[in-house]
Amino acid sequence: MLRQIEGSRAVAETVAHCRPEVVCAYPISPQTHIIEAIGAMVKEGSLAPCEFINVESEFAAMSVSIGASAAGARAYTATASQGLLFMMEAVYNAAGLGLPIVMTLANRAIGAPINIWNDHSDAMAARDTGWIQLFAETNQEACDLHILAFRLAEELSLPVMVCMDGFILTHAVEGIDVPEQSDVDSFLPVYEPRQVLDPADPISIGAMVGPEAFTEVRYLSHLRQLDALELIPTLASEFASTFGRESGGLLHTYRTDDATTIVVALGSVLGTIKDAVDRRRELGDRVGVVGITTFRPFPFDDVRDALSHAQKVIVMEKAFSVGYGGVLSADVASATHDATISLHSVVAGLGGRAITQQSIEELLDDTAHDRLRPVTFLDLDLGIVDLERARIGSVRRSGPSAENVLSDLGTVASRIG
Amino acid sequence: MSRQPVHFYQVGSFAVGNRLLDDEDRTVQSDPGRSDSLDSGHRACQGCGEALGARYALDAAMRATNGQLIAVNATGCLEVFSTPYPETSWRIAWLHSLFGNAPAVATGVAAAMKVKGLNDVRVVAQAGDGGTVDIGFGCLSGMFERNDDVLFICYDNEAYMNTGVQRSGATPPAARTATTEAVGPQPGNVFGQGKDMPRLAMAHGIPYVATATVADLHDLENKVQRAMEMHGARYLHVLVPCPLGWGSASCDTIKVARLAKETGLFPVFEAENGVVTNVSPIRHRTSVESYLSIQKRFGHLFGTPGRPDIVARIQAIADHNIAHYGLLVDEERDATLEVSA
Ligand SMILES: Cc1ncc(C[n+]2csc(CCOP(=O)(O)OP(=O)(O)O)c2C)c(N)n1
Ligand code: SF4
Ligand SMILES: [Mg+2]
Repeated sequence: MLRQIEGSRAVAETVAHCRPEVVCAYPISPQTHIIEAIGAMVKEGSLAPCEFINVESEFAAMSVSIGASAAGARAYTATASQGLLFMMEAVYNAAGLGLPIVMTLANRAIGAPINIWNDHSDAMAARDTGWIQLFAETNQEACDLHILAFRLAEELSLPVMVCMDGFILTHAVEGIDVPEQSDVDSFLPVYEPRQVLDPADPISIGAMVGPEAFTEVRYLSHLRQLDALELIPTLASEFASTFGRESGGLLHTYRTDDATTIVVALGSVLGTIKDAVDRRRELGDRVGVVGITTFRPFPFDDVRDALSHAQKVIVMEKAFSVGYGGVLSADVASATHDATISLHSVVAGLGGRAITQQSIEELLDDTAHDRLRPVTFLDLDLGIVDLERARIGSVRRSGPSAENVLSDLGTVASRIG
Repeated sequence: MSRQPVHFYQVGSFAVGNRLLDDEDRTVQSDPGRSDSLDSGHRACQGCGEALGARYALDAAMRATNGQLIAVNATGCLEVFSTPYPETSWRIAWLHSLFGNAPAVATGVAAAMKVKGLNDVRVVAQAGDGGTVDIGFGCLSGMFERNDDVLFICYDNEAYMNTGVQRSGATPPAARTATTEAVGPQPGNVFGQGKDMPRLAMAHGIPYVATATVADLHDLENKVQRAMEMHGARYLHVLVPCPLGWGSASCDTIKVARLAKETGLFPVFEAENGVVTNVSPIRHRTSVESYLSIQKRFGHLFGTPGRPDIVARIQAIADHNIAHYGLLVDEERDATLEVSA
């Protein structure tokens, strides 16, 4: 049943339907509404049995999740941005230990400069942690992915991160069908741990592993991630038959059949891209879209197939590796390295800058006329950049760039969103 | 548990002396049915106080919980010397996650037990002094403040031993470590730093805080037993000499631990809800020199010319402890009971 509901609230209710046993989190925008709602459900007793634990840091939140999961409880947490970085040592640890924790990442930029708005820098920082990373395009998908995440995590004994765009999704109120408890129960069986701390059958977990076995242990994690590439589509079709709608999967294509230009992206920006593509189609431009749902493990084969007929590929991403370029672009490039595709990387939407349909249409127009360069920073204000560059070139103590740029801009509030 | 007030020193020995005791008062360790939680085969150095303390503490916890125990371990010597497979020495359910998060991991285990209704399964978390007073302090303070049902045991060997004897926030003044070398006008660790962790624990108002040393293993066992009779956050701080880091003879571990207590440098006491309830009095008061001079980490204080000025400052610390906790036998017992947090 569709209800007008905030994305965070819908995710909280969905997570509750997944019957987590230990929920431990530390507040950070834009994740707060999710954990506040779950906390209230536990306190009023509507989510039982469940322990909701308020801790002193994200490092503790992930550590509590590790302990709970190793002791056989279904564990859930949520964070964003600085919070993810603060818990990072434990994020790696959870994956290394093979604990099926599910975490929502309400994607947000990373400082400095401190910025609470959406981009994907946080998710990219966790790219190599060993967590499965799923990206939601809509709030409906954000809900659905959590159910899939618990199932996937527990079948593979690997942690899963559900990435949903901060504010754009977390704080958007829209019509969402929060899955029914009975459907979730039939899709998600009771958690049967592969390894558990049990006084009746004592084992050691977390032993020192030297060069004699480290490679093999790591390789086994890699294989489990590759298994996820097989399992995710299977679970997606099972999901469709249980819940009556498509969700999850490795990637989604939109109008790609005859497309010569394809835009690849992650998350909520796909909606805007599709609108822009529809407009370009009306003008006769053969453009399509590939939305990647499963970013880790990276679905190389499916990406290659989806792009095999394209001549030009634009990877639009809300993060970049400073001094290198697009992160997703590099993955797409390696998936398509043998094809004769001209690949363009477009960095957009950093720190919450709106990605408008108009900008995307202009981008597609530039592409159609071979004006798009290999790397583009969408809507970059080069005038402001040049001012600061000139200042740096002329004075030694030129001061902090962020503050200089803000002063040059004058009023800034109006530029957000 | 009722206990006879047996004074071992009456027989001229500090030995645990099980044969003098009734069956029910004998040590857990003397029981052939003990759990051998930390079994033989581990790779600790000869005379390692931490290995000894951990074995006694966990066997006592196993006895107290009827074997329904899960242990969480921070990174450090204890974790490293006990786990390389296939030589893992743990015969209990045991989890190691990271250096700084053992208290929080233990909170998670306890929460899992609670939510599953496994109320008889109890949780012990353990770490070295570094994992306790430094990198793990945030998580530990959080666990205390929430009063989670975890007994946290700190095995204090007064430095980061696992990484090669670097200074921690529990390293005593003047001690030489790899990062507080015995050079310059103030050799070794500086004065006026470091954390008094038992008192910090008491300041959280948790139900039980105690200190112990590996010189009195019966006392250590009793404190574990006492801790396991309670619920909520409990803290046990055990002084565990490290022959490698302290430069003491491996056969002297017990002696060094005993001198730490007998000089007054390491007060042995119990506290409940933030108030000291019991202190272990000094039996034969001795000067700090007897303790310091058998450890190479204080070697720069002795010989010619030596640093009697620094030894005197350390003696002043011991004297302060003795007065503060009322550690002398001939003082009124009642007076010691009134020592507050
Ligand atoms: C985050 C992090 N920083 C540093 C280390 C390196 N490290 C491992 S054990 C250790 C020292 C442990 O000291 P302590 O807790 O006192 O235990 P001990 O080895 O002395 O028993 C250090 C610094 C680490 N493993 N993790
Ligand atoms: S270095 Fe010290 S604490 Fe570590 S195993 Fe050796 S004696 Fe024990
Ligand atoms: Mg230490």
